[in-house]
Amino acid sequence: MTTLPRTILVVDDNPDFLEQMKLQLEAGGFATVTAESAAQARELVVSTGFDLAICDLMMEHADSGFGLAHAIKRKDPRIPVIMVTAVASEAGIAFDAASKGERAWAGADVILDKPVRFEQLIREINRLLKLNA
Amino acid sequence: MDNLKVLVVDDEAGIRFGVTRVLQSFRVRVPESEADVGFAISQAESGEDGVAYLKENPVDILLLDHKLPGMSGLEVLEWVAAEPRDWLTVMITAYATIETAVSATKRGAYDFLAKPFTPEELKATIAKTARHLLLQREAKRLAEEKRQVRFQFISVLAHELKAPLAAVEGYLQLLRDRVVDPASPKAGEVLGRSLERIEGMRKLIVDILDLTRIESGQKRRELVEVDVREIAVRAIETSTPAARNRQITVNLVGPERVLLHADPGEIEIIFNNLVSNAVKYNREGGQVEVRLSEVGDQVRIAVADTGIGMSPEEVKLLFGEFVRIKNAKTRSIQGSGLGLSILKKLAMLYGGEVGVDSTPEVGTTFTVTLQRQ
Repeated sequence: MTTLPRTILVVDDNPDFLEQMKLQLEAGGFATVTAESAAQARELVVSTGFDLAICDLMMEHADSGFGLAHAIKRKDPRIPVIMVTAVASEAGIAFDAASKGERAWAGADVILDKPVRFEQLIREINRLLKLNA
Repeated sequence: MDNLKVLVVDDEAGIRFGVTRVLQSFRVRVPESEADVGFAISQAESGEDGVAYLKENPVDILLLDHKLPGMSGLEVLEWVAAEPRDWLTVMITAYATIETAVSATKRGAYDFLAKPFTPEELKATIAKTARHLLLQREAKRLAEEKRQVRFQFISVLAHELKAPLAAVEGYLQLLRDRVVDPASPKAGEVLGRSLERIEGMRKLIVDILDLTRIESGQKRRELVEVDVREIAVRAIETSTPAARNRQITVNLVGPERVLLHADPGEIEIIFNNLVSNAVKYNREGGQVEVRLSEVGDQVRIAVADTGIGMSPEEVKLLFGEFVRIKNAKTRSIQGSGLGLSILKKLAMLYGGEVGVDSTPEVGTTFTVTLQRQ
């Protein structure tokens, strides 16, 4: 039995990071759609289907990722959202959203610090999509 | 400006009240400023009282009697020397022996006033002390400001280098981990992107070196008679491949020879910056016009493009270090954000300036004027 590859929306305003994520995910057997801004991603949220989203937190604005996550959850609350943020490495602040309530407030199922460890990312994706790694 | 706070420490009531009366209405012109400054006077009767006061209160000028009962003036000075202080001390001495003067100076006194002194002598000494203090504080403030600017510059620079470095690192890891097959066409693309980032870092470093050399004045300037037009032609040739790629034509207008006593390297940096910007921020199939002219004792360089232009708000931001106008149209354009900063500093070396005139969607004209020395 063959299954269609799952599609992941990746949103990041850093074109290199975006390209690298795309290559990694495709090598991992996923299909990808990418956007370089929250605005561009919002259009894709309306026009395209995807199974999971990975969003950068700080794009046009410091909290662009939050707004985008809310838009995704409004479209379909079952779509998992992974938020990646460089807040910790850039400002030295621990982005503390450990509790379920806090993550729900951020609109994210998982929050990962940049630089993202790819094995961890794949593990989280598989868990969220209930796939067997 | 706030009054300067004076503390007079003397066991003779006559001196304390005399000093207070004279200085209360005295004002001193602040150096390099139109303002003047007055004085607020406090008194202490003994060395012990003086030290107690200094521990609790800010003081700008300390008028300290040498011969005090109990703790002597020199002992107070010794205490003062151990404190992180921001005031100047003037010693009041009854016997202005060289010996006391030397030992007080060693302990950090700024000046002396020999008893008995006239109101004029007091005023002259206080005026000199106040000016010195204010100049010293201004110098300190400027040094601190400069340190802050340097610090900020370095932290932005580090960030600007870290981003492309992380990108290259990521691409190389993809190849190492065989996420991208090194034999596939995709690998070529990944390497191409990596090289692009490295090229960006290299340009940034070259710009930093130019900028720091200009700023520190360490770049040895070789002033010779140069033909500005000749350098313009060379800069245009340098940017021809980039221009041709996007069907941009570059024209040069102006006299056959434009002579200027200048450093050829500096003039080249000016033209390279102007012409490469005019190409980078142009539209496909656009034009660049380099206009040279001589107006009085100035050489004027104008470079006009038919590019994306800037809003008045964007123009205001333009000359800051690491400022790059970020919007959808400039997203794919690479730059260090230092070019115009360099341009402005170079123009200043020639007593000139950089002007900019821009209309969104129509184009931008940069004008650099250089003064003939």
